[in-house]
Amino acid sequence: MTISANWYLLLAAVLFCFGLVGVVSRRNILVVFMCVELMLNAANLTFLTFARQQGTMNGHAIAFFVIAVAAAEAAVGLAIVIAVFRTRGTLWMDEVSTLKN
Amino acid sequence: MNRTFSKLALWAFLALLVALFLGYFITRVLPDYLPAGRAVPPRLGDLVFYACAAATVAGAAGVAFSRNIVWSCIGLLIALLGTAALYVFLSADFLAVAQLLVYIGGVLVLILFAVMLTNRIGEVNVSNQSLGLGGGLAVFAAVAPLLMLVAVLVPWPVRPPGPMAPTTARIGDEFLSTWLLPFEVASVVLLATLVGAVVMARKELKAD
Amino acid sequence: MAPYQPKSDPKWLVALTLAVALTVPFLFPVLILLSMPLAEPSGGGVTLALRWLGNVLGTDLSGPVAHDVGTAVVLLLIAFLFINFGAIFSGICVWWERRIAGRMQSRIGPNRQGLGGFLVWVADAVKFLLKEDLVPAEADSLLFRIAPYFVLTGFALTFVVLPFGHSVVMADLNVGVFYITSVTALVVVGILISGWSSNSKWALFGGMRSAAQVVSYEIPAGLAVFVPVLMAGSLSMQDIIRAQGAAPWDWFIFRNPAALVAFFVLFTSQLAEANRTPFDLPEAESELVAGYLSEYSGFRFALFFMSEFGNIWVMSALATTLFFGGWQVPGMPAAAISALKGTGAWWGWQLVSMAVFAVKTLLLANVVIWLRWTLPRIRIDQMMTLSWKYLVPIGFVCLIFTLFWQLGVGAAPGLELASGVALSVGALFVVIAFFRRVFKNVTDVRGDAIDLSNW
Repeated sequence: MTISANWYLLLAAVLFCFGLVGVVSRRNILVVFMCVELMLNAANLTFLTFARQQGTMNGHAIAFFVIAVAAAEAAVGLAIVIAVFRTRGTLWMDEVSTLKN
Repeated sequence: MNRTFSKLALWAFLALLVALFLGYFITRVLPDYLPAGRAVPPRLGDLVFYACAAATVAGAAGVAFSRNIVWSCIGLLIALLGTAALYVFLSADFLAVAQLLVYIGGVLVLILFAVMLTNRIGEVNVSNQSLGLGGGLAVFAAVAPLLMLVAVLVPWPVRPPGPMAPTTARIGDEFLSTWLLPFEVASVVLLATLVGAVVMARKELKAD
Repeated sequence: MAPYQPKSDPKWLVALTLAVALTVPFLFPVLILLSMPLAEPSGGGVTLALRWLGNVLGTDLSGPVAHDVGTAVVLLLIAFLFINFGAIFSGICVWWERRIAGRMQSRIGPNRQGLGGFLVWVADAVKFLLKEDLVPAEADSLLFRIAPYFVLTGFALTFVVLPFGHSVVMADLNVGVFYITSVTALVVVGILISGWSSNSKWALFGGMRSAAQVVSYEIPAGLAVFVPVLMAGSLSMQDIIRAQGAAPWDWFIFRNPAALVAFFVLFTSQLAEANRTPFDLPEAESELVAGYLSEYSGFRFALFFMSEFGNIWVMSALATTLFFGGWQVPGMPAAAISALKGTGAWWGWQLVSMAVFAVKTLLLANVVIWLRWTLPRIRIDQMMTLSWKYLVPIGFVCLIFTLFWQLGVGAAPGLELASGVALSVGALFVVIAFFRRVFKNVTDVRGDAIDLSNW
């Protein structure tokens, strides 16, 4: 017996929701960052589930791009984090709002 | 006093909503849509799947709710490992390994570095006011039912997946034919990232 | 007065000790070879074993549950054998390294427990187990406790795809090499966490240094690995070996001038990834106490140690696979061995292929040990410069050269053979010149002949 696609989708939904809750409710930017990664992973899981259902490689290709973009995002994002921390000494998102006005 | 009470009431209400939804979901919805033939005992592969899925969910919960940021990192590690294992179940071996290499070897290590550079050892970061756990729960209550119901209720076409087949060569072919332009764009994005990250993280020059 | 003549052990006893040292770790791959039929992906071996067991016990064991339990038991057994190979190899490697160190530094080295101090690794292991398992009061105790297991897992997972012989490989994944480079990531996480959770500045610096080092050197290592992958047209370890031949001019390292360079890039990067001297900055005793290991003691320290020395095998085996023709037996092509399947001779050829692989790997392992006691530690800025300014560009050049080389080989197939013969003859001359030079150096300081007196 193989696990049906519904289970994978359910799991992806749960992962996505956890990520979403984290993004909304946490203030440390690094945690927000990790939660975004979780949501990207949930999306990848969905792509791959459908790729298996369809028997094509398109899902794999898109998941690959998602991984590449996530790596880019991590590099730039963390460079910003370090730069912000160096100038302001805090990582609490609400306090970093210079660009607001 | 009043504020505390209203806050408590909000929390209780939301918790009740979530509990009601989960109860309904587990007792009423799931049994109808689970594959038939429950009498068959789960096989080894299924057990491994459930273990991976449980680890992934636990890790994700750890990321979102842990109060210590290093434990969030560990949660992310577990969630990423679990997802990589699930990719293998979906016969996406190349992506599973790419996930290990890029996410754990790259992203997670970068995050750990950032954590260690920006936190004093042992400092605890508490999550809190702005939207708070209450807001989080509200979002959860709004989104989770929708996503879960879609995942479970929609009759996705059930097609018996083929046997595990190596995907590396097929992915390569796809990249150099169908996805050639996105592939090149992705490499440009990575190059721009490389330059951008160096420019941003570099120490300011003292000259000016 | 006659010069002092220390009493020495008889030569046959020395030979016996060396034979035991060589045999003990390789008993495990032989056991794995014997259990390989059980681990067939089709599950046929397990079915047969269960039928036999059922007959012996007088019960019916043909159900799916029994089959699953049997499969799990077989997998656990093989994992146990692999990890024990790693542990015992690293133990004996520690002894061998200490002996070589003693020899190279003109001192005695361990010589108490057993002949030539052979049992010192057992004594070390017992000492580690008996020591108190200290957790610093200010440390994050749970993280501190689990960090060594990340390192151990990252190390043990590589054995899944590492071949030991013609058919002795746990799983010939079609992403083999890629898999090995990616599970190393777990080691980095383990090191970072151990450095952070120790709550000590030495450990933290050591951990950060080590992680930075491993991450930097993964890039040239990955680039160098792609050279043989391009030549073989596959990521699978066994396919890469099958694409090579048994003779030196059929090895990838000599078949392409860029591969020769790529081998040195890979070897250097792997030395750095394994934190071996001259790249052992994370554990630089003179600056950082012991780096991320500072606060560890007892069993957990032993785990770090085991994966560090076990890594010598992993890196040598990887280089053997990618560049030195792996288990290819001279005069017996892989196809001929496969054709013998089912006969007694097949098992014999398996053993021969394992022996060939082990000899090549051990020679490389000895080079690793020799380098450690020859080169001084480099500075951290030199380490970064070496990786980013030299190895990465060289790796890229090798990769691009190989692309054109493969095009050239497609047009003129004789190119590979010509390069193979020329480079292997050149390498032979270099090796001969090296040994003559060493011999001359030794005789110049008045006859320090091979002296076994400290055995």
